[in-house]
Amino acid sequence: MQHTISILVDNKPGVLTRVTGLVARRGFNIESLAVDTTEDPRLSRVTLVMEADEVSIEQINKQLHKLINVHKIIDLTGADAIERELALFKVVAAPDKRNEIVEVASLFRANIVDVSQNALVVEATGTHDKLQALEDLLRPYGIKEIVRTGKIALSRGAKE
Amino acid sequence: MDENDPTDAEVQCDCAPTVQLTGAQAVIAQLEAEGVEVIFGYPGAQAIKLYDALHDSKKIRHILTRHEQGAVHVADGYARSSGRVGVVLVTSGPGATNTVTGIATAYMDSIPLVVITGQVPTTAIGTDAFQESDITTITLPITKHSYLIKDIAELILSLHEAFYIASSGRPGPVLIDIPSNVAAEMIHYVPITGKPSISSYRPTYKGNARQIREAAALIGKAKRPVLYVGGGVVASGATSELAQLAQLMQIPVATTLMAKGAFDPQDVLALGQPGMHGRHHVNHALAHSDLLIAVGTRFSDRVTGNARAFAPDTKVIHIDIDPAEIGKNHVAHVPIVGDARGILAGIIANLQQSQAMPRTQVWLQEIAAIAAAERSAQGGNREVADEGAIQPYELLSALNTLLIQTGRDVIVTTDVGQHQMWASQYLDIAEPRHFISSGGLGTMGFGLPAALGAQIANPGSLVICVSGDGSIQMNSQEMATCAVNSLPIKVVLLNNNSLGMVRQWQQLFCDRRYACTLLEDNPDFVKLAEAYSWKGYRITRSTEIGRALEWLISQSMPALLDVRIATEELVLPMVVPGEALGRVIDWGDV
Repeated sequence: MQHTISILVDNKPGVLTRVTGLVARRGFNIESLAVDTTEDPRLSRVTLVMEADEVSIEQINKQLHKLINVHKIIDLTGADAIERELALFKVVAAPDKRNEIVEVASLFRANIVDVSQNALVVEATGTHDKLQALEDLLRPYGIKEIVRTGKIALSRGAKE
Repeated sequence: MDENDPTDAEVQCDCAPTVQLTGAQAVIAQLEAEGVEVIFGYPGAQAIKLYDALHDSKKIRHILTRHEQGAVHVADGYARSSGRVGVVLVTSGPGATNTVTGIATAYMDSIPLVVITGQVPTTAIGTDAFQESDITTITLPITKHSYLIKDIAELILSLHEAFYIASSGRPGPVLIDIPSNVAAEMIHYVPITGKPSISSYRPTYKGNARQIREAAALIGKAKRPVLYVGGGVVASGATSELAQLAQLMQIPVATTLMAKGAFDPQDVLALGQPGMHGRHHVNHALAHSDLLIAVGTRFSDRVTGNARAFAPDTKVIHIDIDPAEIGKNHVAHVPIVGDARGILAGIIANLQQSQAMPRTQVWLQEIAAIAAAERSAQGGNREVADEGAIQPYELLSALNTLLIQTGRDVIVTTDVGQHQMWASQYLDIAEPRHFISSGGLGTMGFGLPAALGAQIANPGSLVICVSGDGSIQMNSQEMATCAVNSLPIKVVLLNNNSLGMVRQWQQLFCDRRYACTLLEDNPDFVKLAEAYSWKGYRITRSTEIGRALEWLISQSMPALLDVRIATEELVLPMVVPGEALGRVIDWGDV
């Protein structure tokens, strides 16, 4: 099954290599990855999405814990967590189709962030499924390019 | 190791006035503060400042090996035989990359090393400068941790942390890469002592009390228990607790290659080595036990054979300081994370309190009966083509008898291959840290430099390296290091003019098609020894064994005995690779 793991690491050069290298050499494929510093500038958060069974994910978690630069690992899979991705779609938009596309975008609370003669850029955030649905609706107009971030996730409520 | 240190003291700085030193001088001063007495290494341009500073040290001796790989194995042999951290110093680029096999060897066997590498100046990093290699990245999968020091402010604390990380928890190698400009910069040096506080690294030593009680309860009830112990017992210093538990509950003890010496081989409860070349009764005990008490071991494929078919119905207590080992290769019903010594002591206390009595009499008889039956089936009774030729078991049995008779403290190192397994099968080693072998990585070329390190750590001991004609040639340059430093190590070279273990697999599984395993153009090893100012001697007949071994161990100089054995000698029994422990090839099958 798909797991979302949030890893708190030292904000130091080379730490991301340690994390991703370990996951790769234990035989796993990273499906999505997002990294940035946290409220504490000494720490970064790595959000990893990967496909693994329960036994394997436990082993990966234990191995990640052994990295000296790893402080904390939270498996947000199935937990009460907020998950978001960001996507930018460059859509073919002849003047007569522009309004339709803007309408589709507004249904998804997406923004038009660039307009040119024959194209629009739509910016959307949401869960993986929501962005997929938007993509499916935009496809008939002709998608020239898509760029999507990795997933980020945070647990709900007050607990860290 | 300071795992039993109850204080959780933060890092302390000496209150002595600070001194202005170069980074390199500060490194040497801090190494002295860590208690380092000897460094193994090889200089080069980017390590020149470090070497210049070392030149002034009155406390640290430097052993110049003839290759950086050799330096790491020497440090490894020093660490394994003494329990201390082995320290290596090499230069950047090829100097650093030459350490890779040595570091991987130590990593696989959880040996504490601190490897210091010179690096090109920080301004040149990333430019493909002369002798630049990204050694921290290259060694990521084979180090416990590593540092690239770009800021001199981090230099001394990182070095101090390196010693702590290498030697605490599950030990392992730590690498510190020091760019030459950092080594040249000035710093206010204050020695750092005490336990470093690394919030993301807090190894667990104390086992969970409830799990310990549960383990004791299972052991108290078991009728067919086996203690299956590995190198963790040695690292933890838990051998007396192991013996105590075995005696108390009359539990037979299987010692992996890494644990050889952790349990007295003369004890009736001693089973010996399990796995691929384990004797029938050992593997029978593992496969048919009702309770495996696995201590400091990792269910390696060389022990379990086909992991899925290994003891599927057996309850398992797994004690290990590394939580990632538990459940990695085999299911654990009672996992206990922590230091083996304290955990075994806790189990013993629980058993004594509940006045548990051993129930293993029938089980021990069953194992003993199998052992007695197979003893006659060993190599000794088979027909040999050449009547007077030297058979490996005969040579090693004679060596074993002689080593026991000498009454000296004897440390045996091995290389990797058939001779390694014969040494494990036929030599009785009764003390931990006295049998030193590359277990996990299986590194040919380990034995000679490891013997060197063991001799430096134990100057009064008789250090014997059992090697083969393939392995010895992988680091034979270190014969020079032995000679120059007057280290009187003894090499017993089992010379079958082939890469024997691979040849054995080809004989058994590839229809005797000996692809690239025959070393027919071997050098004259006696002359090679003499070229390095060693003594050398060759024997070819079994009648020469006694006198030759006497000659060997009486030499005050390093000496090599070239023992000619038949090419088609075999290490048996042998579990068919990838199969369950029951699928065995033995003398009757070949």
